[in-house]
This record gives sequence, C-alpha cells and structure tokens, in this order.
Amino acid sequence: MTEKYGFAVNGRPVSVECDGTAPLLSVLREYLGLRGSKFGCGTEQCGACMVLIDGKPEYSCSREVSTVAGRDVTTVEGLAKDGGLHPLQQALLDEQAGQCGYCLSGILVSAAALLEKNPKPSRAEIIAALDPHLCRCGIHNRVIRAVQKAGAALAETAR
Amino acid sequence: MISNTLPLSLIDNPILSQWIAFEQPGRVRVGSGKVEIGQGILTALTQIAAEELDVRPEQINLVSGQTDISPAEGFTSGSYSIAVGGASIRLVCAEVRSLFLDQVAEELRCPVSELSIEDGRFLRAGKETGRDYWSMAGEITLDRRASGTAPVKRPSTYRIVGKHLPRLDLPAKVAGAGFIHDIATENLMHARVLRQPWRGANLAALDESAVRRAAGTPIEIIREGEFVAFTSGSELAVMRASEAARALAQWQGGAQPPADVGSPAWLKRQASRDKTTDTGKPGRAPAGRMVEASYSRPFLTYGSIGTSCALAEFKDGALKAWSHSQGPAVLREWLARALGLPSAQVNVFHRQGAGAYGHNTADDAAFDASFIAMRHPGRTVRVQWSREDEFAAAPISTAMAIKLSATLDKDNKPADWKIEIWSPPHAQRPGMNGNSNLLGAAALPNAPPLNPLGDVPDERGGGATRNAVAIYDLPRHRLIHHLLPEVPMRTSSLRGLGAWANVFAIESFIDELADIAGEDPVNYRLSLLTDPRARRVVETAARLSGWFEQRKLPEGRARGFGFARYKNIASFAAVVVEVEVDEDISLKKIWCAADAGLVIAPDGARNQLEGGIIQGASFVMREQVRFEDGRVANQTWDDYPILRFSDIPEIEIELIDNPNEPTLGLGEASVGPTGAAIGNALARALGRRIRDLPLTRERIMATLLSE
Repeated sequence: MTEKYGFAVNGRPVSVECDGTAPLLSVLREYLGLRGSKFGCGTEQCGACMVLIDGKPEYSCSREVSTVAGRDVTTVEGLAKDGGLHPLQQALLDEQAGQCGYCLSGILVSAAALLEKNPKPSRAEIIAALDPHLCRCGIHNRVIRAVQKAGAALAETAR
Repeated sequence: MISNTLPLSLIDNPILSQWIAFEQPGRVRVGSGKVEIGQGILTALTQIAAEELDVRPEQINLVSGQTDISPAEGFTSGSYSIAVGGASIRLVCAEVRSLFLDQVAEELRCPVSELSIEDGRFLRAGKETGRDYWSMAGEITLDRRASGTAPVKRPSTYRIVGKHLPRLDLPAKVAGAGFIHDIATENLMHARVLRQPWRGANLAALDESAVRRAAGTPIEIIREGEFVAFTSGSELAVMRASEAARALAQWQGGAQPPADVGSPAWLKRQASRDKTTDTGKPGRAPAGRMVEASYSRPFLTYGSIGTSCALAEFKDGALKAWSHSQGPAVLREWLARALGLPSAQVNVFHRQGAGAYGHNTADDAAFDASFIAMRHPGRTVRVQWSREDEFAAAPISTAMAIKLSATLDKDNKPADWKIEIWSPPHAQRPGMNGNSNLLGAAALPNAPPLNPLGDVPDERGGGATRNAVAIYDLPRHRLIHHLLPEVPMRTSSLRGLGAWANVFAIESFIDELADIAGEDPVNYRLSLLTDPRARRVVETAARLSGWFEQRKLPEGRARGFGFARYKNIASFAAVVVEVEVDEDISLKKIWCAADAGLVIAPDGARNQLEGGIIQGASFVMREQVRFEDGRVANQTWDDYPILRFSDIPEIEIELIDNPNEPTLGLGEASVGPTGAAIGNALARALGRRIRDLPLTRERIMATLLSE
C-alpha cells in the first residue's frame, strides 16, 4: 500500500509516496537520493545507518518511514552548513579518524547530537554516545579525539 | 641492478607506459593495480610518485584497479602494497624523470646536474627552461621496458615521502560519499542472490509465490542450477524477496560440516598432506627437560561494516564490472572464464567499499552482478549482500591447532624446538588452485569440479606456516605442517593468515618457558634475540610501557608482552597490554613499538598499527564462527561480537625512525603481537593459562571454577 508521507530532511520539507513499512534508510537512499547513510546490517546493530530524528540518534535501517511523518530527519549530508564542513567533519579529517570510512556517516550524526547537548564531553561520555556504532578498522581512539576537538571548536565559535 | 631484483609488480608489468602517462597538461596519470581497502594506499602511492617526479601530490591522478589501463598487480594483500607496488612506482617514476632530464640536457647542451624540476617544470640553474613533462611528452616514448637502473632519490632529500599528506579519500567519506554503494545510475536494476548454505547444497524446494508476495512489488526470479536471483527496479523489493527466500528455501545434499568442525579434535582427524622442515644443528636431539603445550584458534570472519556490493553492465558483447575486489585484474580473468567471455571483453573498475581485512565477498558480488547483467543486456545491475549472507556465505578464516614443544638446556633455554600445525588452507581467492572460487559460478549447472586445494606457498609468506618459525635464536628447529586440503568450506585469507595464531602460540609458549626459567618475559626474549632491529623494538616497547619500572599492580591487573616480525621479513612489532580480569578481560592500556624501515605516510602507518591492535584484540577476545545444522550459526552482530568503543583502551605507539632501510609491510604486523600480549597478560592475572581462543568470559569462568 503506497501512501504519501511528508517530513523534513536536513531542514527541507520532503514528500514521498511509498509503502509506509519501507525502512527510512531505503527511502533516504532510493527515493530521495541521499546516500550518505549506509546499510550495514539492517538489524539496528552496527550504526552505519544512524540518522537524527528530532535531534536524537536513531537507526534508520528498520525504522518504518510512516513513523517519521511530520518529523525532522538529519543525515550526514545535513551537517555541513553554508558550504563549509561541520567542525566534526573537519576534526575527523584533522585526526585522520578514518580508515575505510564506512562507519563515519553514522558516527558523525551521533557525535553531532552529543555535542549539541554537551560540547565538552569526557572520554567516557563520548564512548557512551558512540557505543551503538561498530567500527572494524579500529579508528575508535581517533574518533574520540576528534569529537573532543570539535567540541572545543564549537565552544570557541559560540563564545 | 639486475632485472631479477626488480619488484614483482614491475616484472609482471615491465613497460613504463603501463604505469605512467602525461595526457592532461599539468597532470600525471600513474597507474596502480593495488587498491584502496581502507589502508590509505592511494595517498601513500601518490606521495611516492610525486616525490620521484618532483610534482605536487595534487598533480598525480592515481588510477587504481582499472583493468584496461592499470598495471595488473595481483591482490592487494599480504602487506605488499608499499613494499612491492610502491617500490615499482618509485623505480618507474625515477626512470621517467631521468629519461626526461637526459632529453632536456641534450636539447640544452648542458649537464643533467644543472637541471632541476619544480612542479613538473624543468629548470636550468634555477631558471625556467620553458620545458615541462607535458611539452616534452611527445618526444619521449614510454613504451619501453623499465630498466630499474635510474637513480632514485636519497631518503634524506625527501620532501613529500615521510611527511604528512592528508588522506586523499577521506574528505568525500566524511561527507557520506565515495563508496561503490553510493553509485547511482539511471534505470538501475537491483538484484539479490540466494546463497547455498553449504558447499554443493541443492535447492529442494522454494515457494516462489511466497517470495513474490514478500517482495511487495513485481520481481523477476532467475533460476539456473542452484543460482537463484531476484531482480527489480526497487531495491526494497529484492531485499524483501531475498530475506523471505532465505527463510523458505529447503536444501539437501552437498557437504554439511559437522557441529565440531574446526575444533582441535576435528582438525587432527582430517586427511592431511604433511611436510617436515628441519633447520639448525643436525643429529640427535639433545637431552633435557621437555616442555609442550597445545594452542588453537577457531574459525573467524572479517566482518566488514559494509556488506559487499557490485555493479555490472553488459553491452555489445562487452562486460563492465565495478567492484571493491582486492584483485581487479585477477577478477577480470576469472569473470571472463566463468562467464565464457574473452578477457579483452571484460573490464573491471575498482571502486571503494568498506574495509577489506582479507578475502571477502566483493568478487562474489561482482560475479553475481555480471551474471545477471548478461541476462539483461544494456541494464546496469546492482547487487548488495545482506548482513546474514555476509556471515553465512563469506570466505572463512580457518581454525588451526598448534602444538609447541621444546627441550631446555641447563639454562632453561630451548636447545630443541618443534612446532606442529594442523590447518586447512588460508587462501581460496579467485584463481587459486585453478578454481574460480566465485560462489555464484559454483552454483551454476555443470560448474567445474573443485581442483585439489593447496596453501599459500612458503615463498609467498605461507598460509598456515606464516610466522610459524619463531624469530628467536633457536639452535634446532622443526616445523611440521599438516595441510588439511579436504575442508568442506571456502577457507581463505584474513589479515595475517596463519601468522597471528602462530604468534599467539609461540609468544605464549615463550612466556611459559620464561616462567620455568624464573626470568622476566622481556629479558628471556632478549636472551634469545641477537638481531639488533628486533632487540631495539622489544626494548622500545618495554621502555615505552615502563615494563621494568612496573610497580605491583592491583589484584586482577597484569601486563603481557608479545613480539613478532611479520612473515619474518616484514615489519617488527612489539606490544604490551595491561588488562584487568574479573570474569572477563578489560583492556586498560596498550603500548606498541614498531620498525617498518622507511615510512612513507607516518600517520597512515600509525593508523594501520592501531587498527591492527584493535582488530587483533577483537580476534582473540571475542570472535568465533560456529556451525550448527551444517551451516554457519552466526547471523547477526549479536552472534558475532567484535570489540566496541567501550572496549577500547588508550593506545600509545612509537614508530622507530629508520628511513635508510627499505620499507617493510606493516598493515598486519601488530595483530599477532597484540593477541599474544593479551594471552600473556591474562595468564599472569589468572595464574592459569588459556590456550584455546577466543579468551571469552565463558572460558575464563570455566578456568576459574576448575581450580
């Protein structure tokens, strides 16, 4: 059964006509052409598909699209503002916090949500926020450093 | 230099124009058969080329793994990419630079020593000559054999190599792009393939109408032999169809592995081909105290976070395939054979996937997409694997059993040493043993029977025997390798192949001998090491971690040491791990010292060592592929836990600066020493040693309770 669902993605209203049980990830990638969020497992276990729904990190791989009608979805494509990189993206580059990079889209949105609430997170707080994310290359410590750096950069611009 | 000292890649691709071209003004196309698998190779190779040519890194257009124009360099594996692929690019670029400089000197009637190059422009005594690589390119043919004799730059003059160049591929990736999974074309046909749950399984029944219902929108079902594929313009439809089919399919026949497959008892029951290699003092074994211990590792999977993906298009009799294969040129050859096409009609384009840590399903996905594309000429077919299939049908890193024994002299040093290994092969990549090793091809009617399996030859680093020979000064050494070629599944390569299990066993055993000798484990190792580079790495790790200044650690805490030289010819790495053991191991801190000779990309090297440490820790602490009812029982990450953010301690790395020594492969060097250090730390914390991997909570509890 296809129906029309309206919601906001990265601040822009969208409307898709699709099966309401379709996973949000499929809708983002297939219908809206936003391929930043990745398929990793389809069972909410790896975090590659993580997006923000009303500012909160949520798995998109098995989240039915009908449940996001009327809500605000943010994907990795929505982090960069005014053509510049989000401080987190810059910090990941500065720390070379990536090997294959496949997990980064999801990690970025979770980290952005963390910094929104807590711009000076401790190592333990970052670990708690990123624990839903699997990384197989072993960039964990670099990501932690990058999140701390980005938090400091954000605090600097906010002052 | 004589030709047989050229790196293998240059012997296989001897013509300069196979590597380099000056087509676009200001840009140099450099080809590589080595591919990006998350290790940063594109950046490091760019540094090498830019350095030797005296151009800026951004002037290099590195074309990697495009089979019609890139050199064929086998697989990107075995930590060979810098040592062999990079060395080839260095020689080629040095020779091209030299050819151009000679030509400029002749035209200007001046000695070459008056010339220099800046961003590809030729200068004479520092002044512009109006000539550059691009304006001269028409005068110099590169369709000539590389001699390998042109002078290369001295490391002390390097401006780009050994300095930090930001990873070239990461800017796209932090923006969520850059992967094969993200390629979108008009009118894409999505496909999924139903996988046989074990080798040779026959599909007895599949309720196709139920599969169509599950798809939600119309799909096409292709069935040829045991190859079953679902196609549609909608990816969701084929995902749903294949998920339903996996649950509905009934299979029979074939070779179902027994439940205890991979256990030491199972391994030792298998038919074997045996080889004994003795080195050192001949004659009778000396008398003395005999010590022996048996170790084992289970089946493992690589577990990339992204599942495999491929695209293919068949048009006018020619096939194009886009793949994150580790060996695009090999894939081209074997796709052609399996599909009955001339290989000139097949072109493989490497595109980046999620990290590759060993033989994964990229090649299988490429076959899937290509086979389906040939049934739909003109359409671009895209296949992406499910997580469940990644666990169930992926190449599997084999279980091994390793027995070590030593006869000790009066100083408790090994006078005689024996290692005995039982292992299926560690390599069934496409083409190995003359088999396509492509899952889809094996499912087709009249698939050729499998040729008998061998392991990676010792001259290529060995598979099960990789790092089997301990690096220590051992007067007598015997290696007995029981190759188990009749393994019922596709056992293949995972980071380090047999090396990390052998290092785990050897380094555990060395600690056991140190205990018998009543010596500190680091001092005991040093007493058996004369190679100065090896000693320096061991001593550096000890100093970095404050090994000898250790105060008494709190109850339940302990440190362990592990050391190896990868493949006995590549990088040296020593690792110290501090653990806290309650019911499970908690990693507190890790230190690593490594010597990789000349380092091209220092931060990239550290990143690789760090990644190897975390993966090595995960291998020994958590991971095991299990079998039930003849098939892989792990279906999700819950069934196959890997280390997560909350498990990772801080890691300190010291890369020993050794720029005048040749570059040594390092991507796999830290894996084995880390696992061994964890095993040794655990043994110290528990007062009992666990010799069978993984070192799980269940094993620790059982060990504690058995006291």
